[in-house]
Amino acid sequence: MSESFFYHALKIDHKICYGCTLCMRNCPTEAIRVRNGKATIYGNKCVDCGECYKVCPSGAVYVAQDDFDNIYNFKYRVVLMPSVFLGQFSEDIRASQVYSVIKDIGFTHVIEVEAAVATHTKLTNKYIREHEDRKPLISTFCPAVVRLIQVKFPALVDNLIPIKAPVDFTSIYIRKKLIDEGADPNEIGVFYITPCAAKIAATKSPVGEAKSTVDGVLNMDTMYNMVYKQIKQHKEYDKTVSANDAPSDSILFALTNGEKRLTHCKKSFAIDEIHNVMDFLEKVENDDIEDLDFLELRACDESCAGGILTCGNRFLINDRMTQRARKLADRERNGETSRRKEIHSQEEFLFANSSVAKIMPRSMMVLDDDISIAFEKLTRIKEIEAKLPQTDCNVCGAPSCHALAEDIACDEAKMSDCVFMQRNLEMRNSLKVEESVEIMKKIWGEEKIKDYVLKK
Amino acid sequence: MHNEFKVVEGDFANAGKASSEIKKTLKQLNIDNQKIKKIVVAVYEAEVNAIAHAYGGTIYVDIDQEKIVVVVDDVGPGIPDMDKAMTKGFSTASAKVREMGFGAGMGLPNIKNNVDELEIKTEVGVGTEVKMVVNFQ
Repeated sequence: MSESFFYHALKIDHKICYGCTLCMRNCPTEAIRVRNGKATIYGNKCVDCGECYKVCPSGAVYVAQDDFDNIYNFKYRVVLMPSVFLGQFSEDIRASQVYSVIKDIGFTHVIEVEAAVATHTKLTNKYIREHEDRKPLISTFCPAVVRLIQVKFPALVDNLIPIKAPVDFTSIYIRKKLIDEGADPNEIGVFYITPCAAKIAATKSPVGEAKSTVDGVLNMDTMYNMVYKQIKQHKEYDKTVSANDAPSDSILFALTNGEKRLTHCKKSFAIDEIHNVMDFLEKVENDDIEDLDFLELRACDESCAGGILTCGNRFLINDRMTQRARKLADRERNGETSRRKEIHSQEEFLFANSSVAKIMPRSMMVLDDDISIAFEKLTRIKEIEAKLPQTDCNVCGAPSCHALAEDIACDEAKMSDCVFMQRNLEMRNSLKVEESVEIMKKIWGEEKIKDYVLKK
Repeated sequence: MHNEFKVVEGDFANAGKASSEIKKTLKQLNIDNQKIKKIVVAVYEAEVNAIAHAYGGTIYVDIDQEKIVVVVDDVGPGIPDMDKAMTKGFSTASAKVREMGFGAGMGLPNIKNNVDELEIKTEVGVGTEVKMVVNFQ
């Protein structure tokens, strides 16, 4: 298997996985195969969307995270908290209480990621104005979508808006603020609470960027448990802590339509859920939709409220965030709080650090860079596919007959992996039953086949 | 590599099957993205033409290492005035077809702009054969 371009936070615990094939059948990029009885991820095809995590019945798919105690390597321990995190908690828990408790569990500073949305939006609108010729422009906010475009829709890579995400701006801002106040840069640790695996992967190996802007990533479910436990155990909290980093129109940024609403475009779409996104990109790639200006695309249903690491129902999370934004807007109207935040004073500095390097296509479709080899492989795929039963039974350890045909043409599987082929070959005396059993063992592991053989 | 697709009269709902299949193949062959786009647009136009005007037909697709050849062969009214048909904005499409968003009179001119070779054989009352060639290099 060729080397992986990407870091992946999604992993499969082979001690737990029993090869049920659910993840393989649900993977939108056909990135999973069963080998030796366990699900295995093809690194270059995986876009970290998390569909496998959602469907796994045994909890074998997990999201790797940094050790919480890493925060104590730093004197200044900053947590970047997305607004979605606040949406995890029921209505009777106030945002300021969550802020306060986060400080109790070990952090010195808390800042809401959406503080930088206004800066991000200004840059996005400017970029859109200046790049009429590259329409439709596509948001890079969702890292799973960026990778999906790199591997499956390489023709659209140049349509991606090369601007950092709000989390990066917030991180750069808080770091500068602390340094300006006299902190040693080496003593500042910035940690991000993530709602999904894609954000982790993007942070560990940022697309088109040399170095991550954060020092570590903490999974939202883990943080939820820590914070909620504190809240349950200690009713009292520091009421002087305010939860007031972002204005009302910014805190819904991570929900569906959050970006579209803020973008000055005539014809734009906000599309969530990875299959919907793929269907739409197919149309965009064909130039089917005329005069399209901007696309907000998110891999999860209900965008970040539906992230695989969020706790609770995505519609409830969405509703809590919307209610909070409404209340905040009321307070802004009554003059109780200003829409202008401290981060605005650093806008020039953030503008200067806003761009990312060129995002490259990483097509997983291309069979070979050399057209004659690619052509040969493609011809073989068609020939092989015609012989396969088209049952998509998964017994070969691939998600479909077509996927098996591709694997065979790329020397990653054999014709005899197909159980129908095995019968066929056995009938013609070209394959012994014992050999078939060996093949099945390779795909499904000793255990599953051993039992069967003993019963006989 | 040879492939065939049926064209059914009036079935706009299923237009685009041939072009999306072609797109998938060309992506696997690492053909330049801009070139793929042009081919897809041309084939789609030709397919819609046949659906709109003819009584049915077949799309033949042949791909080798150098080029793609697509032939849209229909049984239909034929094209009485080729010069007019190649004029931007000229259309014989019925009001019903125009209502569906087709029939803007851009079909053949658009195809011509997107392919390297275009050859149209037509016989009034019999049918039309549109042959398109795009070279990969």
